[in-house]
Amino acid sequence: MGAPPILELCQLDKAFGKIVIAEGIDLSVSQGEGLGIIGPNGAGKSTLFNLIAGDDRPNSGDILFDGRSINDMKPYQRSRLGIGRSYQIPQPFGKMTVFENVLTAAVFGSGTTVAEAEDRCIEILHRTGLMGEVNKPAGRLTLLQRKRLELARSLATRPRLLLLDEIAGGLTEVETQALINTIRDLRETGVTLIWIEHIVHALIATVDRLIVLNGGRIICDGKPREVIQSPEVRRIYLGVEPE
Amino acid sequence: MTNQTYIVARATTASKAALVIMVSCVVVLLLVPLTGDRGSMRLIVEICYFLALAQMWNLLAGYAGLLSVGQQAFSGFGGYMLFAFVVYGGLSPLISLPLAGILAGIVSLPVAILMFRLSGPYFAIGTWVTAEVFKLVFFEIPLGGGSGMSLPIQAIRDISPTTEGRELIIYLTALAIAVGSVALVYSMLRSRFGLALTAVRDNERASASVGIDSFRLKLGVFVTVAAFTGMVGALIFLQKLRISPGSAFDVMEWSAGIIFIVVIGGIGRIEGPFVGVAVYFLLRETTANYGAWYMILLGLLAIVIMLFARQGLWGFLAERYRLTVFPIERRVRTVEPVEKAKPSNGISDTAISNLSLPPF
Repeated sequence: MGAPPILELCQLDKAFGKIVIAEGIDLSVSQGEGLGIIGPNGAGKSTLFNLIAGDDRPNSGDILFDGRSINDMKPYQRSRLGIGRSYQIPQPFGKMTVFENVLTAAVFGSGTTVAEAEDRCIEILHRTGLMGEVNKPAGRLTLLQRKRLELARSLATRPRLLLLDEIAGGLTEVETQALINTIRDLRETGVTLIWIEHIVHALIATVDRLIVLNGGRIICDGKPREVIQSPEVRRIYLGVEPE
Repeated sequence: MTNQTYIVARATTASKAALVIMVSCVVVLLLVPLTGDRGSMRLIVEICYFLALAQMWNLLAGYAGLLSVGQQAFSGFGGYMLFAFVVYGGLSPLISLPLAGILAGIVSLPVAILMFRLSGPYFAIGTWVTAEVFKLVFFEIPLGGGSGMSLPIQAIRDISPTTEGRELIIYLTALAIAVGSVALVYSMLRSRFGLALTAVRDNERASASVGIDSFRLKLGVFVTVAAFTGMVGALIFLQKLRISPGSAFDVMEWSAGIIFIVVIGGIGRIEGPFVGVAVYFLLRETTANYGAWYMILLGLLAIVIMLFARQGLWGFLAERYRLTVFPIERRVRTVEPVEKAKPSNGISDTAISNLSLPPF
């Protein structure tokens, strides 16, 4: 018997006016599972994260976390439940230092005291390679550093379900490998991971399962290597016509 | 394994020196009544309540991002409540001061719930309209109507039988309120509450994603600021001994003047209102005899500062010379060697030994 689901999306629909972003999405993610999401731009990947984290509300359908509906919960309530997220376009607290950004997430996301959280923040900043910028205002970071901060801040909330949105973009091969190692170590702690990424080999190295979104629908769901080999995925996502 | 350990520092050398200077200033101000210079005492009382109002508006707009143009609603309301408690309740004016503040806080709750449905410029206009509604209400209710009311002689004598005694008590109360306003804002911003407030100001959406309830936070700030503003308003009209809707809810004096002080001094910095109040009173005392030129100079100065130093005078100086009098920032510093250093907020050896992951 597999692990119980931590997240279930049931017939989720979302449209902005006439533009359909999610259509009848059914998805179940087990506790401790690593799920990768790929799809072309505009496929609805980030909107799916917004629906799970509460930044957007679905037009219809249900979102269950630990078997309980979270449809009516606000983003801060979902964060406190254990849903941590990063943003595709980094959203730093610009005038606060890098350390204060992570500290704020640790204090309010995981409900610890400031003194307790300080030690853990230093550890996370080391892990994410931001110790050199620890006292710099987050608004002055480069794009790459901002992406690292997104990961650091989401880790600081002690998430049970971590939603990572394209954090590997712009990394060198060596940096990507280091990120893969970090994500693997993180997964060993039991965190459930959903990772949207265009760097497919990073996903293959870290997740158990891969889904492909296109036009707001899941068009393929399975083991990462099998999904990548699927003719339909190669045609839609990679632009490779089947022979 | 690294031998480094870390501490999270708050104070700087400049801030420690500034604290000594500030305490010395308060001591000097406590000695002013001994000189018997009642004119200076009255001026200092005025400076104190302007400073307190500016600190409150700075907390509201500079930190919580709530650009209210209607804080005169609460200062005026506080003033009126003091008169109501004294005239109709028979209470002592000094007891009525905090009670007026508490009532202003209570009244601000429904106002906040209504105003929080608006944002940006609509919020600013909404608060202004609310203050005008307050004014119109006080024109109509039996607290002196449009012509206002005065404190009865007996109530004034309750404070102290002599004018000197009354002025001394008002002076000390004003000083306590000014110091209290700075202490309140400083302690709030140094706490975990300050972290949340700064995060919400910088990026409200991201703050929710790390578990911060921005609505509750802003509501807390709005009500606290309204309560303190109400108490300051009560003090203002206790000193003036007379109140009317026109003077109590005057947008120019109690909103435009305060906004000028904070913007000139430096919005979003505790030091800003100090600099703003100094500039405001310096200009007022030196140019007040030139009639309209006083207002023209104030306006010109505001325009120049907004064009060339948008962070205000203190913001400009602080960024150029890295000055901080009230440090709220947390800075991480390295301490070596690890064997001897064991600071209270330092990272433990165990934590250090776990840092084996390569940075990506």
